[in-house]
Amino acid sequence: MAKVDRQTAQKQHKQQQQQKEQANYQALAKQNEPPRPLGTNMLKAFVAGGAICVFGQAITEAMVHWFDFDRKAAGNPTVAILIMISVLLTSFGVYDKFAQWAGAGSAVPVTGFANAMSSAAIEHRAEGLVLGVGGNMFKLAGAVIVYGTVAAFVVGLVHLILKSLGGS
Amino acid sequence: MRRGKQTWEFNQKPTIIATATVVGPDEGKGPLTDCFDEINDDPMLQQPSWEKAERLLFERACELAISKAGKQTEDIDFMAGGDLMNQIISSSFAARNLAIPYVGVFGACSTSMLSLAIASQWVDAGAARTALAATSSHNSTAEKQFRYPTEYGSQKPPTAQYTVTGAGAAVVALGGSGPRISSATIGKVVDMGIKDPFNMGAAMAPAAVDTIKMHLSDLNRTPKDYDLIVTGDLASVGKTIALELMQQQNIPIEQTVYDDCGMMIYDFAKQKDIMAGGSGCACSAVVTYGHLLTMLTTGKPKRILVVATGALLSPLSYQQGETIPCIAHAVCMESEGY
Amino acid sequence: MIYLWAFLVGGAICTLGQVMMDGFKLTPAHTMSTLVVLGAIVDGFGWYDPLIQFAGAGATVPITSFGNALVHGALAELERDGWIGIITGIFEVTSAGISAAIVFSFLASLVFKPKG
Repeated sequence: MAKVDRQTAQKQHKQQQQQKEQANYQALAKQNEPPRPLGTNMLKAFVAGGAICVFGQAITEAMVHWFDFDRKAAGNPTVAILIMISVLLTSFGVYDKFAQWAGAGSAVPVTGFANAMSSAAIEHRAEGLVLGVGGNMFKLAGAVIVYGTVAAFVVGLVHLILKSLGGS
Repeated sequence: MRRGKQTWEFNQKPTIIATATVVGPDEGKGPLTDCFDEINDDPMLQQPSWEKAERLLFERACELAISKAGKQTEDIDFMAGGDLMNQIISSSFAARNLAIPYVGVFGACSTSMLSLAIASQWVDAGAARTALAATSSHNSTAEKQFRYPTEYGSQKPPTAQYTVTGAGAAVVALGGSGPRISSATIGKVVDMGIKDPFNMGAAMAPAAVDTIKMHLSDLNRTPKDYDLIVTGDLASVGKTIALELMQQQNIPIEQTVYDDCGMMIYDFAKQKDIMAGGSGCACSAVVTYGHLLTMLTTGKPKRILVVATGALLSPLSYQQGETIPCIAHAVCMESEGY
Repeated sequence: MIYLWAFLVGGAICTLGQVMMDGFKLTPAHTMSTLVVLGAIVDGFGWYDPLIQFAGAGATVPITSFGNALVHGALAELERDGWIGIITGIFEVTSAGISAAIVFSFLASLVFKPKG
């Protein structure tokens, strides 16, 4: 009985020492981690993202003035055109170079969504059209669709509940 | 012959009778460009997929090493090989084509020295007359498997490393002309709780230092007994941490020259994509087999220690919130007649 | 004028994304998922449409507008068809984006090889 207790105590002591060593090491590693250039990255993201949105605005205006879309409906072809351009840039191997510079400025606009899908599709073509392209296309973008859908469902549910509670 | 806790001392001092290094375009643009046997401009090597390209690199390195040794594939008794791919398919499929009795090993980026240590043990113990050790890695196969599709626009942080595209092979035998392998230390798995897969240097540094410490204490040596100690792919972040750890643990590394293959293979000024430096199985392999062994042959350094470092995570382990366990294997090589 | 606001608002949303990626060390997938949910919640309060009026593409181009569109679909169908609308309506408004992405990505995979 005493031997087992002593072994357990030794084990616990060893574990505690290990945890202490690990904590010390992680502090050392943190100290030596070159910081991410947050300020510069924020500025680049701002400029790149803003520029993409301005370009999107130009497309919307073109849709309204030349193709007789109304303001609301013009959003659809705008998004479709931006997606097409983004897929092309991804296909030419250019989008990832731009993204290393622009960061969130290239990932947050809908162009980032298109890049996520097309890069996965192109990469996995080697595994065939069905299992490769079909099976992997949503590898990166799937999370966005899942959480967007779940969030919309919850918001809809909340609206429904508030409506029935508050009377019509 | 076992020395100390985890070191093999090779009484016969097997010889590395030939090596071959085959690399991709980025490595060809680095400072060691003249050290490699073959530089490929097309990273896909005209193959239908990245994986098939890596397999071809592995095969080419093996075939070239065997031919440089003046031998045929039938003359090689056993081969030890590995790579980063799931189920180490690059090595296994190359071994299929080479038809050499094959021991597949996984050491992540430490595979070069792991396979070399095993091949040396076979030859020293008389279990093989001639053995082959080989490994490969490819930037795109590694990105595709461990991180994101290669055309995906993710922004890499300054701690990220750039997987070397290449393969390195070494033929080991008793006698003959070439650098000698005098000892090897097999590392323990070391995990200090680092979780960030974009900061491998910090994860691997403790394993490197642990293996160096054990190697020195097992053989009752100090860094002074070596002309050069080189880690595999700690890169800029890991190298700095390793230096601090060695200072903390009273390992007088300043008695010798300490460098890191991940920092030697690329031009930091001109090649902006590499962030902290090179990584991958091929990093330590091509730098050692292409450059360091040539230095040993031309005679200036007489004894070097190459400590290849590997991170033993998988994309799944990371997603499940696990930390990154690492390992480092060391091989001591000496110039002929030392 | 709308161009200026498109630039500023779009840039600001992207900067928020950058802070999430660099400051909070979130992966791109985590960041985009959070922004989409944010867009959905903002539209739940009815504040996203006025933002679109005022900033145009600065509000419709970032991924947050995807959340807004999903909620719009759900709420419009809820109005029209009652409680089942929450499920039937979600993808109504966003189908242009998702369809375009799927079709163009598929076509790209037929023609292009990855460059590494």
